[in-house]
Amino acid sequence: MSWVKNTFSSSIGRKFAMALSALFLMIFLLQHFVINFTSVFSETVFNDISHFMGTNALVQFALQPVLIFAVVYHFAMGFALEIKNRNSREVKYAMNKGQANSSWFSRNMIISGAVILAFLGLHFYDFWVPEITTKYIEGDMSGMINGEYRYYHEMVEKFHDPVRVGIYSLSFILLAMHLMHGFQSAFQSMGARHPKYTPGIKKFGNIYAILIPAGFIFIALYHHLTSH
Amino acid sequence: MTKLDSKIPQGPIADKWTNHKNNIKLVNPANKRLIDVIVVGTGLAGGSAAATLAELGYNVKAFCYQDSPRRAHSIAAQGGINAAKNYQGDGDSTYRLFYDTVKGGDYRSREANVYRLAEVSANIIDQCVAQGVPFARDYGGLLDNRSFGGVQVSRTFYAKGQTGQQLLLGCYSAMSRQIGKGKIKMYNRHEMLDLVIVNGKARGIIARNLVTGEVERHSAHAVVIASGGYGNVFFLSTNAMGSNVSAGWKVHKKGAFFANPCYTQIHPTCIPQHGDQQSKLTLMSESLRNDGRIWVPKKKEDAEAVRAGKLDPTNIAEEDRDYYLERRYPSFGNLVPRDVASRAAKERCDAGYGVGTNETGEAVYLDFSSAIMRYGQEEANVKGYHNASQTQIRELGEKVVEKKYGNLFQMYEKITADNPYKTPMKIYPAVHYTMGGVWVDYNLMTTIPGCYAIGEANFSDHGANRLGASALMQGLADGYFVLPYTIGDYLADDIRTGEISTDLPEFDEAEKAVKDRIDFFMNNKGSKSVDYFHKRLGKVMWNKVGMARNAQGLNEAIAEIKQIREEFWKDVKVPGSAEGINQELEKAGRVADFLELGELFARDALEREESCGGHFREEHSTEEGEAMRDDANYTYVSAWEYKGEPSDAVVHKEPLVYENIELKTRSYK
Amino acid sequence: MSAHKGLNLTLKVWRQKSQKEKGQMETYQVSDISPDSSFLEMMDILNEQLIEEGKEPVVFDHDCREGICGSCSMYINGEAHGPGRGITTCQLHMREFNNGDTIYIEPWRAKAFPVIKDLMVDRSAFDRVMAAGGFVSVNTSGNTQDANAIPIEKQKADEAFDAATCIGCGACVASCKNASAMLFVSAKVSQFALLPQGQVEAKERVQNMVKVMDEEGFGNCSNTGACEVECPKGISLDNIARMNREYLSASIKGE
Repeated sequence: MSWVKNTFSSSIGRKFAMALSALFLMIFLLQHFVINFTSVFSETVFNDISHFMGTNALVQFALQPVLIFAVVYHFAMGFALEIKNRNSREVKYAMNKGQANSSWFSRNMIISGAVILAFLGLHFYDFWVPEITTKYIEGDMSGMINGEYRYYHEMVEKFHDPVRVGIYSLSFILLAMHLMHGFQSAFQSMGARHPKYTPGIKKFGNIYAILIPAGFIFIALYHHLTSH
Repeated sequence: MTKLDSKIPQGPIADKWTNHKNNIKLVNPANKRLIDVIVVGTGLAGGSAAATLAELGYNVKAFCYQDSPRRAHSIAAQGGINAAKNYQGDGDSTYRLFYDTVKGGDYRSREANVYRLAEVSANIIDQCVAQGVPFARDYGGLLDNRSFGGVQVSRTFYAKGQTGQQLLLGCYSAMSRQIGKGKIKMYNRHEMLDLVIVNGKARGIIARNLVTGEVERHSAHAVVIASGGYGNVFFLSTNAMGSNVSAGWKVHKKGAFFANPCYTQIHPTCIPQHGDQQSKLTLMSESLRNDGRIWVPKKKEDAEAVRAGKLDPTNIAEEDRDYYLERRYPSFGNLVPRDVASRAAKERCDAGYGVGTNETGEAVYLDFSSAIMRYGQEEANVKGYHNASQTQIRELGEKVVEKKYGNLFQMYEKITADNPYKTPMKIYPAVHYTMGGVWVDYNLMTTIPGCYAIGEANFSDHGANRLGASALMQGLADGYFVLPYTIGDYLADDIRTGEISTDLPEFDEAEKAVKDRIDFFMNNKGSKSVDYFHKRLGKVMWNKVGMARNAQGLNEAIAEIKQIREEFWKDVKVPGSAEGINQELEKAGRVADFLELGELFARDALEREESCGGHFREEHSTEEGEAMRDDANYTYVSAWEYKGEPSDAVVHKEPLVYENIELKTRSYK
Repeated sequence: MSAHKGLNLTLKVWRQKSQKEKGQMETYQVSDISPDSSFLEMMDILNEQLIEEGKEPVVFDHDCREGICGSCSMYINGEAHGPGRGITTCQLHMREFNNGDTIYIEPWRAKAFPVIKDLMVDRSAFDRVMAAGGFVSVNTSGNTQDANAIPIEKQKADEAFDAATCIGCGACVASCKNASAMLFVSAKVSQFALLPQGQVEAKERVQNMVKVMDEEGFGNCSNTGACEVECPKGISLDNIARMNREYLSASIKGE
């Protein structure tokens, strides 16, 4: 299997792997959004789905590790490539007009990416770490607290804090920027480009990049404003 | 006279090349590995030769002054490449291509060479397609052809306006393959500064590494000069800035005869000079003359007003315009050959009718307005607009013209900031190609054994004038299909020679001469830059040895060039040091050679008391100003032998024998 | 051609004696530059001036001066080949500038393109990538099959031509924030992948060329598209996508 190693250590192979992990993350983000969105209209539906996702073996032991791997790979390789790319130009230009030929988003994926990473840290601290602790360390797989599902309340509680909502919203704006370039870039990296379809992919990518993060922000604001 | 043996094989012209190939000596594959060949220049000729020789098994050392072989000036050729494929079924044949080339060259080329060129032309296209050269194709997927000036068939293969680029990249690819294999050792950014002769044979070169400044010795069993033409002797030309005569001139000084230096092609459709700061002229494809009409104002006062910027050419009434080519040459009109069109433009400008805004007023109009209106009307008819207004017709016509020439119009607008759809283009002739060059025999060997010259660097197959789309053909024919065979005949005797040592005294001597010259330049306490002298030389060449020449002017030119040369050696200033990159030092060496060539050029023009092709002597013209050839006395090649000063050069004559083509006067009336 | 009204300009030019030595920006003044002059003619005037003052002229690559050889390579005011699209430095004219402007002139910057002197860089990495596979393995024989033996769909032939118009100037590398050479390499890979003559060894070609490209120290492509915008020949990003496809399929299907 040395061809696998060779392929994924080449520049194009790494691009491809970045794109693959990105696609996986984008699908994950979509389902995450759909589940979260149910909380806006139904506490029960949200709780039921959350409990299912939190306790289903397939999700927990097959998809979750893949997700973790994708997240770790995407960030680690993102930083590794950024370092390599920076080293590819040792002396910088005294005068450079990047804006003349490319978008800010595309040139600053590392900035938007780093902010998203920081946010993920917070997000893991808020939700994932307590979840894992409760379930796998304390062994409480019931998802219950005082006789009812805890998921909805835990979420709403977090959105009480205006600072957290602010950070949350800002992070999603950066995510939108990341996706503005990232969505269509993933297709290009995989060689999926065609004069007939690429304009559509780009359009869809832009809609996705704005709609999904905006939706997450909406959910946060909704709970912040409606809960007491 | 006995010194020149053209080695033309016996037999009927159509069999000469085949017979010759069957009879020359070969080198077996195992022995080719023992033989080194140096190729100087990596354009179409040098690139194709280097690749092919390496494929055959020789160890090739290729040299170019550019940073990559891909940048040689063959890359700038626009129009196309001729080949007698007869894909269009319009009656083309090897014989017709041969005939057209000899006639186009005004009967001053060697029949056997031209026939061979026509013969191998078809192979070139096959070879290039196999290499992946993306020629233009029609909707059926087959190769497309266009027609070019001076011929009656469509035999020009092309790749949009970038045929030279695509062909050169083909050569470069083939070379790259051999470089990867280690069969070609590529020396980029190296300039050949002398030829080394050992026991009468070319055995190596002295080259300067332009990056480190080091002077290096390179040995080989044969040396191939493929360094292009010398149009830059005029300072302003369509050649690349670095194009030079030095490699050719060095071998000339070491004993190779230099043939027909005065045969220069001046292309009629170039963008005129804008002023003194100009460094380079840009060609506009000849194809424009298919639809553009050339004119100048009929009245001198109109011309003056235009030059002063007080009159817009579009406001000059139709009856006040002089379509001088249509007037003088009613049957060919704007499509007369390059040399005729160029001289006619000069004649009008000299008479005071030029429309250029520069100091000299040198420019004429190339006007597309009638083509635009004609095409527009056709379009309107096709589309059924029966009451179309003039503006609508013009718009439709502009679209048609844009489809045909869009990229050229755009290029023109980029350079001049004038919109050629609205106002006529301004054009003026410029030096473009040199038919003359190092004399070679049928095997492409110079008068120095083991030293070959190919492509534009040799005196070539074009006689006194080259047809459009034939330069690419010749370069590739020489490199792919002629030299690789003929060089074997010579190298067959070298299989036991072994590697040539660079420690031989001949190398010491040549290297010392090169170093001395570099030292001279670096230590000369002059006050004028190299360009100062080059520009002065260019002015003399253009004014007195340019499109129209006469004995008085040529004699003056000879004296003036000598004068400039003497001043150059006294007063040239080369800044910096000889270690490392020094572009001024490079230029100094090249201009020093141009200053010698220029004088020989003028002498050759003076000696040739006739007008033929690109060489026009005012004394030898009809009352209407048409060229008069003198076949009785000048049907020969002038091959000059170096004897020290250019004024001491001795001419040898190779008579040109026409057995297959009857000599006729070219007429375009 | 406008009436001669000379421009006075301040130039900030990168000067570097050799690859080993450090360089710095130097400031020069030029005056009375004709707006009809090309950018390189303006550089010629600067050099004449420097020679007169007993200084070393600025070294820069240039040759054909008509936009086809790919020699010229200046990063002007923050852009490869300066402002304007679809042109090389030699096709840039001074009328694009205003009297009194300050112009920054720098060499291509990339680890794979070390500066030789001043504005001249070493682009031989491109040649090495070419030597790794930028060719069709066919010997010169004169007996290859007839040029019309294999018809090629016009659209394919045109696309191959468009890819083949790359002049190898390196503006793509210079403009890319990652100094990636993907556009250059993909143009050559595409040209041959589109033609039947090149398809025979397409798999090996793309793998070998990418391998050398990576070894030469170019950065990774992150699809910003700057290369396509700054390319004087308008080489399309389609080629990069095609190379990605070719490479991935070669990796999966190849030996």
